[in-house]
Amino acid sequence: MKHRIIKFLKTPFACTFMAVFFGFMVACGILLVTGYSASYSMAIIFNSIFARPKFIINVILKSVPVILTGLSVAFAFKSGLFNIGAEGQYIISTVVSVITGIIFDFHPVIQIPLVIISGMLAGALLGSIVGYLKSKFGIHEVLTSIMLNWIALYTCNYVSMCERFHKPDSDGTYMINPSGYTLVLNNWKFSESGREFLKHNFILNDIILKTDFNLNFIFCVIICVLVWFLIYKTKKGYELRVSGLNPDAARNAGINVERNIIFTMVISGLLSGLAGAFTVTGTSSHNIQTLSMFENYGFNGLSVALISGSSPIGCIFAGLLFSGLLYAGQSLQYKIGAPSEIINILIGVIVFFVAIIRIVPILLNKYLEREENLNVK
Amino acid sequence: MENIEISDKFAVQMRGITKIFNNHRALDFVNLDVKKGETHAILGENGAGKSTLMNILYGIYGADSGEIFINGRPVDIKNPSVAINHGIGMVHQHFMLIEKFSVMQNIILGNETTDKFGVINTRKARKKVQEIISKYNMNIDLKKKVRNISVGTQQKVEILKALYRGAEILILDEPTAVLTPYEIEELMNIIKNLKQDNKTVIIITHKLKEIKKSSETCTIIRKGKFIDRVDVIGQTEQNLAQKMVGREVKLQVNKTPAKPGEKIFEIQNINVLCDRNLKTVKNLSLELRKGEIYGLAGIEGNGQKELLEAIIGTRKVESGKIIMNNSEIQNTSTRNVLDHKISVIHEDRHKNSCVLSMSVADNMILTKYSKKPFCVNNMLNYEERDKFTEKLIQDYDIRPSNCKNQKIRNLSGGNQQKLIIAREISNDPDLLIAVQPTRGLDVGAIEYVHKILIKLRDQNKAILLISLELDEILDISDRIGVIYDGSIVGEFSQEMANENNIGLLMAGGKTNEAQDN
Repeated sequence: MKHRIIKFLKTPFACTFMAVFFGFMVACGILLVTGYSASYSMAIIFNSIFARPKFIINVILKSVPVILTGLSVAFAFKSGLFNIGAEGQYIISTVVSVITGIIFDFHPVIQIPLVIISGMLAGALLGSIVGYLKSKFGIHEVLTSIMLNWIALYTCNYVSMCERFHKPDSDGTYMINPSGYTLVLNNWKFSESGREFLKHNFILNDIILKTDFNLNFIFCVIICVLVWFLIYKTKKGYELRVSGLNPDAARNAGINVERNIIFTMVISGLLSGLAGAFTVTGTSSHNIQTLSMFENYGFNGLSVALISGSSPIGCIFAGLLFSGLLYAGQSLQYKIGAPSEIINILIGVIVFFVAIIRIVPILLNKYLEREENLNVK
Repeated sequence: MENIEISDKFAVQMRGITKIFNNHRALDFVNLDVKKGETHAILGENGAGKSTLMNILYGIYGADSGEIFINGRPVDIKNPSVAINHGIGMVHQHFMLIEKFSVMQNIILGNETTDKFGVINTRKARKKVQEIISKYNMNIDLKKKVRNISVGTQQKVEILKALYRGAEILILDEPTAVLTPYEIEELMNIIKNLKQDNKTVIIITHKLKEIKKSSETCTIIRKGKFIDRVDVIGQTEQNLAQKMVGREVKLQVNKTPAKPGEKIFEIQNINVLCDRNLKTVKNLSLELRKGEIYGLAGIEGNGQKELLEAIIGTRKVESGKIIMNNSEIQNTSTRNVLDHKISVIHEDRHKNSCVLSMSVADNMILTKYSKKPFCVNNMLNYEERDKFTEKLIQDYDIRPSNCKNQKIRNLSGGNQQKLIIAREISNDPDLLIAVQPTRGLDVGAIEYVHKILIKLRDQNKAILLISLELDEILDISDRIGVIYDGSIVGEFSQEMANENNIGLLMAGGKTNEAQDN
């Protein structure tokens, strides 16, 4: 029995769960020290995530970009690359999606894929530059992607202020043409009959009318599963894993490691790009704005990938956790006046614990070993 | 054998040492007695627990039970610095040197003499080091960076490091595993000098020849158990081997004369550059026939590495041709080379031929993952992989037999090598290139690998054996070529070859000069 518990505690799932738990404990401690009621704050956090259907849906919708950037980072990790450029790939994708969305105005069947694919390709392009420089000249991917992050940021600012796209008296561009929205029942829900119908159905009203209800999350889950499939079931995935874990052995086995680096960065860029494109088509304000600093979608992806232990499926849950915490952080701020930094600390602590929680299996092994020695004696 | 009393005549005595790793008794009540000023060998197969025992003596592991006595007094060695204070020094099999530091910096690292401002006083340290160097007659340039010196010299640096810290008892872990014949000779001289200076030396090894050469007494360990403590004089190699392995071992390889067939592989005047863009393989030509083992002898760094990389397509061939089965394969992809039925057993299996953090099954398909039946329509077929893995585990007796899903990291070195050999041979190659295929393996495993290579030869395959171990080359090759400074400087049939004429060519001498001397 005891051994079974210990075996369970050693699983990645249990470890991650413990890390999250410890993260919350530390956050409670910080709240207490700074003079807020820990239990009340926790109640607010859970309330603002689960109390209304609208909250739940919003958490799910907000999780889409971080899941995808997390997936992008995790995928690169699997083949031994550190894609710190998810941020830039995300931004460049929003920029290109907005440009396509404003310039073109086709039927949604064409418009939506056009906007999304253009954004993805932009992300992939940025990723491929990083991959090319690494595979041809051995320039480290972290260096190039940090530089490209800034290039993407200023490109975004430039486009936001471009006469063709800039919306007067604002910080941003025009919204993309509504034909590019991926909102569900968007026209209907604001029509007379739609409002009338929803009025009588509280839950649906909360879900559909009060949020940017869309189906991106479902696609996002499908893509996570596809990436998992690619990594673990296909020939290419095997090549990528071998190249990531031991490039020398990969080369000697006839694997073209250099080409795989480019391939990985293209896919990684595509995924971050998809995150950006989904944000533009799926959530208001359907435009881009001048950024004074990074919005952290890509960098949060790093945390998501870390929490998930680079598992594509784990990214879904890590992303949900992440977006729930971010969303609850806002409520914490306006309900009890606690600084939203508390939430950032909470997230930081969780990631910290995830990083060090690998010590648990080691400690457990030590414990088992000691016990055995006692038995021996 | 009766118990030896604890006394101060002995530099080291260990009593009833037991160490358990995850249910596994790595050491089970092992005793060790080493007299002051003697050279003592610890003999055992890979995984017998030799290194574990010495790591306990050096304080890297704590023993689960047992006592240690230094000069007759009980000691508690909690960590290596306690061991160093007791005058114990250890040279590990994998050197603990910082490549970018100079020899001098490496020697004083962690034990720097400083003035009152914390500035290192190199002059004083250098004087002390120079004294040691001249005392033991070692030939080392202190200013050179460690990455620019040979493996043999690096080992000397490690020994110097231990002596600089005042070691009276020196532990050498598999010291000859990576050395050339000449370097081994040098090491033996250093050991002799140490002995004259009344230092105690403990050598961990599985090479019988060197025990005979260097040591006076020997402790034999098998599977974590103390087997015997013997005086080396009066023991034959055969005797020692039998005690170590627990059964009779053939030290000489039995093989019939080769029956070479048609030419299958040919290298024509190739030139290859090394990483620093110097020409390292110069106009090298050689050819292999079916059904023969061609041994390429040579000291490390004479172009063997670059030659191999050029053959398998991971390094550019500047000029010349490599022809396999009538088609030119130079400067094509590695995939293409492997598809021409060439398989390779690499020297450094951890770096070059397996992925340590992947499972045994995943490693089993490393060089054939893209072929049917393991891959159909770009999808991996895990069922076929597992079936294949199980079959090879059984055929080649890879242990533990249920290791299919374990990480290959957890297997012993010998079993890892078996796995790699099994995998490469199952590719049914026409040419097998084996580079140091027995590196780090024990007598039993070496015998096994040699047998397999000869069996393969008898199945009319060509084998290119690249090895630094002259004995191995002389034992199993049918033809022997010597590589020196990037060219083949001599070729011999097995009958004509001997340690002298090959050793001379390896060192850059000429055969006719040998007659003059």
